[in-house]
Amino acid sequence: MGEEKGNVKWQMNQKCATIGFHANPGSKAVKTRVSLFVTCIVDQVFPQVGIAMTQVLERLGYPVDFPAAQTCCGQPAFNSGYPEEAGIVARHFLNTFRDSEYIVVPSGSCASMIVHHYTDIFANEQKTLEQARSIAPRVWEFSRFLIEVAGVEDVGASFDGVVTYHDSCHSLREMHIKEGPRRLLSKVQGLTLREMEPAEECCGFGGTFSVKFPEVSGGMARTKIESILKTEAGTVVSVDSSCLMQIQGAIDRARLPIRTMHLAEVLAGR
Amino acid sequence: MTGQPSETINQTLGDARLQLAIYSATNRLMTHRAGAVRADLLPDYQELRTEANQLKKHTIEHLDHYLELFEKNVIAHGGKVVYCSDSQEVADFVLGLAKERGAHLIVKSKSMTTEEIHFNERLEKHGLEAVETDLGEYILQLAHQRPYHIVAPALHLTRYDVAEIFSKNLGVENEVVIEKQTKIARAALREKFLHADIGVTGANFLVADSGAVVVVENEGNARLTTSAPKIHITVAGIEKLIPRAQDLGVFLTLLGRSATGQPLTVYTSFLSGPRRNGEIDGPDEFYVVLLDNGRTKLLADPEKRQSLYCIRCGACLNHCPVYRKIGGHNYPWVYSGPIGAIITPQFHGVLKDPWLPFASSLCGACAEVCPVKIEIPKLLLKLRSEVTDAQRRQGVGGVERLAFGIWAWVMTHPRIYLMLARIGGIFLPLLPKVGPLGKWASQREVPKLAKTSFHQWWKAREVPK
Ligand code: SF4
Repeated sequence: MGEEKGNVKWQMNQKCATIGFHANPGSKAVKTRVSLFVTCIVDQVFPQVGIAMTQVLERLGYPVDFPAAQTCCGQPAFNSGYPEEAGIVARHFLNTFRDSEYIVVPSGSCASMIVHHYTDIFANEQKTLEQARSIAPRVWEFSRFLIEVAGVEDVGASFDGVVTYHDSCHSLREMHIKEGPRRLLSKVQGLTLREMEPAEECCGFGGTFSVKFPEVSGGMARTKIESILKTEAGTVVSVDSSCLMQIQGAIDRARLPIRTMHLAEVLAGR
Repeated sequence: MTGQPSETINQTLGDARLQLAIYSATNRLMTHRAGAVRADLLPDYQELRTEANQLKKHTIEHLDHYLELFEKNVIAHGGKVVYCSDSQEVADFVLGLAKERGAHLIVKSKSMTTEEIHFNERLEKHGLEAVETDLGEYILQLAHQRPYHIVAPALHLTRYDVAEIFSKNLGVENEVVIEKQTKIARAALREKFLHADIGVTGANFLVADSGAVVVVENEGNARLTTSAPKIHITVAGIEKLIPRAQDLGVFLTLLGRSATGQPLTVYTSFLSGPRRNGEIDGPDEFYVVLLDNGRTKLLADPEKRQSLYCIRCGACLNHCPVYRKIGGHNYPWVYSGPIGAIITPQFHGVLKDPWLPFASSLCGACAEVCPVKIEIPKLLLKLRSEVTDAQRRQGVGGVERLAFGIWAWVMTHPRIYLMLARIGGIFLPLLPKVGPLGKWASQREVPKLAKTSFHQWWKAREVPK
């Protein structure tokens, strides 16, 4: 916690950490096991994000497990108008993570699907609805887990350069994640955070939206990139890999020297 | 997606001048709104939204009661209430009245409800002249276009476009200075006001406990419309009701700010009945047409009926990244943007424009700014599933449904998932629908699947233990 050491919050954290509740980096207290839900897109396209997330959590002293039966949260079907098919996959998720105490997800969008939309899907299935309700408070988007459960802002990372942060829509508007990632970034040594205007406008991904309306989606991505370019940042950071995939795709098409990184990758950097 | 007007959408996307017009106008409206609802200026903004939502919910759930109360109070002021179930009935009523009174010329102030029922065209067919007096609407009427935006109807036109429209239709010189254009319109419209037999307005609110019609505007044309002609007709959807005059405190605070960032519009008119004895101006006859036109159909669904809470502020359009790309005319109905996307399928049936609820990235910017808190993304999702259900019943869309069926099966069989994953194919089942992958790739570089999935990485890592 660096310069904050000794302040009230730090002291409280210390006390909490000793009972294995909250934690500080380096604290020797026994910590609760966390289960990773890496999401299908991170599993298949961006495994490095899952790896980075594992590293950060383990460095903080968390025992990490990975329920091997996991696949997807079901969002692609749900957003495409197939709640029944989404329900089949959602039920699989509920079974896979039944016993997990903390489920940490590198995506605000997938976390929101589980936290907010499972209860819609199972509104008329009492038993599954109970399961969905009981799992919701155990699902943590990665940055929120760090801030609220682990109680850390400085994870001891360093990064050389200027970054800008893209607020992914579901993280921002459904999970209300706005300050957390910025606080974590601000504690990374050597990193300068430069806000884009507006940071809150959609990148245009929207899952199957980008397939059904490719030109509109592409236009939205280009608008996003214009905002990014104005910051002169070399790296775009977000807490959702799907947005970053959309942004990187358009960046590469325009042959711009900008890269995208998930927050976990930045925080794993030393 | 099938049915979407791809060609005109792409035209809009490719028209740099139009894109700039849409972007700068919506940007301006967004900035003004943000300035007006700032926490230091309007600390109870969120509470007001909740209150507005609750008031609308209550009214919509007790609409029968408030309709009767409103009618009673309009009659008490000497006005008349006419119930119309569709556009034909509105036209019949106005035509009948015009015939009886020998009226020919109608002046109108801006009203989306009359746009919805093609009021002007219907009357013109029968030899009546209906003139729009809101500047934007007037320009559009000359150009034979429908509104681009529910608050700023001519948002897509530049002053050069307006100059062209005026010189073509009014026989004036090409005039590109906005103030002078306003003068030209004013001169033309003044004539109409002086000779109009009937004035027609919409309504922003119908106040049940006082029988008043409330109209907000900035140009003063609605004032003239309601005071100069001898006959006044308000045409309003039944969802415009609010219970009490005191509730206006909530709605007026939100409406102007959400729409244009104004604490209050320049004019707020309260119309209650015809001119009383001793008053110098105002109409001799006062009618309120209460229009259904499908609204009661929306009432039937307990979740989707919140669509009727809308106070037509336009904030959801301004903040919608899709509206800002495709503009207003690519939406199939007069109501564009997010609100259009949720009410059009409900009014016209989900199969008429099945693509519409899908034309959203579900970013949620609309719901965040909606002053009456309509859960637009949630309703879009509901409508999406209604589309696929209706398609199944019709026996269409089978390929996509099958694709998601297979996909769901793969996703619940981890071993199959892992097997497919190894050959990079977990997204394969979705390919029939991703069909136009080429089109997708036309806009971006396609990401490569990772050589080693996280599943594989984790497994390899566990071995040493
Ligand atoms: S849906 Fe909400 S934001 Fe959109 S026009 Fe209606 S009131 Fe305004």
